[in-house]
Amino acid sequence: MQKRFFHAGCVLTALLAVADQVSALHAQPSATPLLPQAAVHFPSDPHKGGTLRLAAQDSGGTLDPQVSYISLIKELETPVYDGLLAFPKFSGPAAQHVIADLAETVPQSEDGGRTYRFTLRPNLHFSDGQTVGVEDVAASFRRLFKVGSPTAGPYYSHIIGADACLHDPAHCTLAGGIETDAATRTITFHLTEPDAEFLDRLAWFHAAIVPASTPPHDTGNTAPPGTGPYRVTSYDPATGMVLERNPYFQEWAHDAQPAGYPDTMQVTFGLDTEGEVTAIENGQYDWMYEDLPLDRLGEVGSRYAGQVQIYTLLLYYYAALNVRLPPFNSLKARQALNYAINRHAMVIYHGGPAVSAPLCQLLPQGTPGYVPNCAYTKGASPAHPLPQWQAPDLEEARRLVRESDTAGQKITIVAPLEGRYAAMAMELRSTLASLGYSATVRSLTQTVQFPYIQNSDNHVQLALTGWNADYPSASSFLQTLFACASFHPHSDNSPNISAFCNPEIDALMTTAARTALTSPEQSEKDWAEVDRALMAQAPAVPLVQIRRVTLLSKRTRNAIVTLNDEILLSQLQVR
Amino acid sequence: MTAEAPPPPGPWRQALRGLLRNRAAMVAFAVLALITLSCALAPLYARDIARTDPFTSNVAGSILLGRHEVDIMQPNDNPLHLGLSPIGPTGHAAYLLGADSQGRDVAARLLYGGRNSLLIAACAAVLCLLLAAAAGIAAGFFGGLVDVILSRLMDIMWAVPVYLFAISLSIVTVSQGLKLGPFVVEADSLLIPIVIIALVYVPYAARPIRGRVLALRQAEFVTAARCLGVPRWRIVLFDILPNVTTTLVVLGPLLMALSLLAESALSFLSIGVQAPAASWGTIIQDGEGLIYTRPMVAIAPGLAIVLVVLALNILGDGLRDALDVRDSARRSS
Repeated sequence: MQKRFFHAGCVLTALLAVADQVSALHAQPSATPLLPQAAVHFPSDPHKGGTLRLAAQDSGGTLDPQVSYISLIKELETPVYDGLLAFPKFSGPAAQHVIADLAETVPQSEDGGRTYRFTLRPNLHFSDGQTVGVEDVAASFRRLFKVGSPTAGPYYSHIIGADACLHDPAHCTLAGGIETDAATRTITFHLTEPDAEFLDRLAWFHAAIVPASTPPHDTGNTAPPGTGPYRVTSYDPATGMVLERNPYFQEWAHDAQPAGYPDTMQVTFGLDTEGEVTAIENGQYDWMYEDLPLDRLGEVGSRYAGQVQIYTLLLYYYAALNVRLPPFNSLKARQALNYAINRHAMVIYHGGPAVSAPLCQLLPQGTPGYVPNCAYTKGASPAHPLPQWQAPDLEEARRLVRESDTAGQKITIVAPLEGRYAAMAMELRSTLASLGYSATVRSLTQTVQFPYIQNSDNHVQLALTGWNADYPSASSFLQTLFACASFHPHSDNSPNISAFCNPEIDALMTTAARTALTSPEQSEKDWAEVDRALMAQAPAVPLVQIRRVTLLSKRTRNAIVTLNDEILLSQLQVR
Repeated sequence: MTAEAPPPPGPWRQALRGLLRNRAAMVAFAVLALITLSCALAPLYARDIARTDPFTSNVAGSILLGRHEVDIMQPNDNPLHLGLSPIGPTGHAAYLLGADSQGRDVAARLLYGGRNSLLIAACAAVLCLLLAAAAGIAAGFFGGLVDVILSRLMDIMWAVPVYLFAISLSIVTVSQGLKLGPFVVEADSLLIPIVIIALVYVPYAARPIRGRVLALRQAEFVTAARCLGVPRWRIVLFDILPNVTTTLVVLGPLLMALSLLAESALSFLSIGVQAPAASWGTIIQDGEGLIYTRPMVAIAPGLAIVLVVLALNILGDGLRDALDVRDSARRSS
């Protein structure tokens, strides 16, 4: 399974936003009631028209919705493309489950979870006027393989014929995997084995439906026609991008793809983050893609509180401990670091308790299966966890280091050079030094560091990184990061950075995934058990889960934050 | 009977007298001495006065100011509770200039950073002068093919912008360290910036030295030594080198100033002094993210760099004036 890591504001894709109600659960009590949604949300006073002015530091590269894995492009193109299914365009816990988009309904699985039958809505049109037909749907899924979509293998390999497509993309037919009937507008997917997350994956951005005539290669700076309320009318990666209304769009399901408010969305590339903040404060832009710089949080919070949106993301930062290299081939050494790390300090590095929360388990809050559980904090143990992290337990940590007989060993922390990672790496270094290790930090550019830490040939002992999911599921964290199958020796694409493999925990994961097909509730309990079992083995040190702070201009109204798409740009009203 | 006139003072003594008479140079020297001494006493300051560890993250810590315990990272006063800012200048011994984004005492780090910055600048300047003297004397004295090769090599190095050259070398060495046969230099060793900075400035010092040697080679005393059959190494060592020394002494402070700026730039770009060690460049980098809330973190090391570079330049000018015999003669006549 392939994923990409959290890249503070740059390579971040498909950030899974949890409803504000959910995020408020772990916020400071004093901060929660002050979340400013009410201040900027005026659904009763809709205003259509105008130009929404957006700013981003850099362009996100290709506009091809089946190729791009950049969150900026996903956010901008969410109102351009649709899939058969979609994650709801509204806030709240109910938004965790997929709903019908281009399909009429969400189907029940047949054949023991191996078959899904969809009916395409009638009278749908692409933004170039073509009618959407079932062949476009089948062609879009074939195209996923032909263009080498980054999720083609990880997400869609269970479709019959997908293996052949992965081996020979140019001649991909998905024969036997997708059947279409134009007369009844039916599309039928046949899977090689049941996949509990198949419907989620059909709602994922890469499963966008594009015309069958779309070239079978990355379209680069040209966005293929879509079915959403907007279309891309100009794009220059050096300067900007313009989205205008799709003249053929008729709203068919408000919750799946609502009609947009602004007539035009104009994106400008090239401002730095400090400049973006100032421009929004001055009313020159309405929204910025990047995270707010930490040194501007105080100013924004005091002078522009009414223009701020805060929402939790399903992403966290963690330190992966290589269980096959000293000193972390010792369970006690791994547990010692988990006890010793000051997660409160990590929270401070991310802007304080209002915008981040300490994390000491491998499932972040908001994920199905999440049960608060902290085994490594003062007064807790894997056998007797507490619901929340309290404080570091240096005494216990030092005892474990003594017992592990690893004190004095050299440890190199490999961390990204950028932003908050550097401060977190220094905190880790200080903690390791206080435990008696000789620790150094090796900083690499993030784009180099992520593949580097995955490759076992580089013998990385401790890697600082982050992880987020494309959609809310426990498996995208636990199975992807810690299953035996996720460890690929000598490969740059081995998300199991800890090189952890425990057959018993693997079996628990398989059971939890299978149970999801028949009993989602039991599956969630099973995933919670996997989370606890993993933390008992401590293959990583979970550090902090963050919330995103977004600044909107004074003239912007109706900010809607959804589970999967963050702020819905098409729903922003400008006056 | 008339008293015998005292022998005239030697050229070095004369130069020293000239330098001592130069008030600006003396003030510059005093500033340099003060800063150097302060930086040398950094461990004493951190341990006994500030009572802090300037290399350990301390964001979750607190300090005693008077009778009050104060958090080092303080919540911003805003209704959304967004962000925390490091404590500002306290006016107390602890955290005199406030804290950086990792909760470390800026004043203590400033002194420790100064030790590294000054050490690197001084060592790089000395090493550069040694290399430049060797290259300049060899090119100027031996001439011919030696001169052609060395001069073209200098031209090539000179053609590459000095910072670009330094950055390229630093990126290669900082990630992997340096392995030269049995010698291994760790990536975080100060030797790496010292050697890199010394190398990139060699052409700047070697050229004037070569020019001076070319002139000396034609001097009568060198010709006489040659006619007498004095070996060339003796001529270089005892006739050329002493006459080049004044040029080296004048170039010294100027090269040190350039080296300090180069070191700060490399460290600011994270390819000079490596964390947790500090230099003035790394402290400015730490302060970059705090420029809106705690500008002192970036301003303090910036001021220190300005002061030292200014002092070195003024001292360099003073030395040039003091050692330039012809100029002194012109002034006295």
